[in-house]
Amino acid sequence: MHHVVVGASLAGINAVEGLRDAGFDGELTLVGAEDTLPYERPPLSKAALRLGSAAETILLRPADWYADHAVDLRLGRTAVKLDLANRSVILAGGGEVSYDGLILATGSSARPLATPAGAGPAHVLRTADDCARLHARLRPGEHLVIIGAGFIGLEVAATATMMGLDVSVVEVAPGPLHRVLGAEVGRWFERHHAAHGIGMHCGVGIEAIEADGRRSKVRLLDGTVLAADVLVAGVGARPAVEWLRGSGLQLSDGVACDPFLRTSAPDVVAAGDIARWHNTLFDEDLRVEQWTNAVEQGRYAAESLLGIAEQSYAAVPYFWSDQFDAKMRFVGVANAAQDVHVAEAGPDVLVALFGRDGLLRGALCVNAPRKLAGYRQAIADRVAWSDVVTP
Amino acid sequence: MGLKVTVDLQACQGYACCMMTAPTVFDLDESVGKAVVLLPEPGEDLRELVEKSVRGCPSKAIALESR
Repeated sequence: MHHVVVGASLAGINAVEGLRDAGFDGELTLVGAEDTLPYERPPLSKAALRLGSAAETILLRPADWYADHAVDLRLGRTAVKLDLANRSVILAGGGEVSYDGLILATGSSARPLATPAGAGPAHVLRTADDCARLHARLRPGEHLVIIGAGFIGLEVAATATMMGLDVSVVEVAPGPLHRVLGAEVGRWFERHHAAHGIGMHCGVGIEAIEADGRRSKVRLLDGTVLAADVLVAGVGARPAVEWLRGSGLQLSDGVACDPFLRTSAPDVVAAGDIARWHNTLFDEDLRVEQWTNAVEQGRYAAESLLGIAEQSYAAVPYFWSDQFDAKMRFVGVANAAQDVHVAEAGPDVLVALFGRDGLLRGALCVNAPRKLAGYRQAIADRVAWSDVVTP
Repeated sequence: MGLKVTVDLQACQGYACCMMTAPTVFDLDESVGKAVVLLPEPGEDLRELVEKSVRGCPSKAIALESR
């Protein structure tokens, strides 16, 4: 028996570990596109970016872990095609790996932003290489313009400010994190960043990005012109499923999975950023690009592949973001919330609740982590919105 | 043969994942934003939840020993 995990990612590592912990003692191959040992991504926008990536890159598992778990580790090998009929994964540069069971965990890639010739690239931040490249360009006193006020954009803004750069953030939506967390929460983060000296340009589109010697000129539709020494694009990520197109595997903004993370093909499961599955707790299809989800789904996918998963995968998602001294933690889901209630708001604290169809579905806590446990339980218990929010 | 749980408070960043996973074993001291071990020697019945807490700690701050 030979199981293959594609994606030397957080989900991939946890899938490997889950297979071995569950007693799978057959052949096990882990394929990864990057040529470095699998590492943690959250520090790439924080400590690793501030201090330089090489010293601060944190390996997911020590180097000898792979041999200890009898893993055939194929790094620097990009999977380019899935051949379902022959049960095989084709790798770039020739070669293929046959599987009896397959776990797909190829994660996300950063959405690029095109810039005109001569304007210099807009840096994206997804890999350790991206982090090292960007770190080398962040010089105190220079002007960094970040396009997109999502979590990556805001974290980079905070880190670069702490490194002594002058930072501007441009966001076409009315406020930061607006699409995910709504207007009120967005305004809190906008004020938080503005209070640290960051120029926040929200609700305004970009007219043009122009080359200007060694710099780039970012012209906004309101007439503002920002001269950038460095340009960063934090305009989202997309599931890395291009290599699966044409394979016959059912895709749907990610890999379409059932509640057990099984794909449309036999003995093929998916985990992490690429898995779109039906979460029975929220009764909707979700795709979650978060650390905790990758850990838990990786492990669950292993159990599902082995046929020992007893219940469908219906966890309450959790994620965090650290920006300056704001430690934001979120449980549940915020998408398509009908109700947003700010339960507590101060200069350093924010608690906001998200509801839909009469149920509590999500809770955001900035510098108030102890409340998370209660809200998480309430979400898991499908507690009514009216029981947590009293008019 | 018992279990022993410790938290490295230098590493802990107050993510609160442990207290959400195993609320009878972990709490959080909000004044410093760090985890507190309520039950340093949990029973075998809690092993699975504590192991899940170890895996799910974003700062890898939890250690579990069997002895």
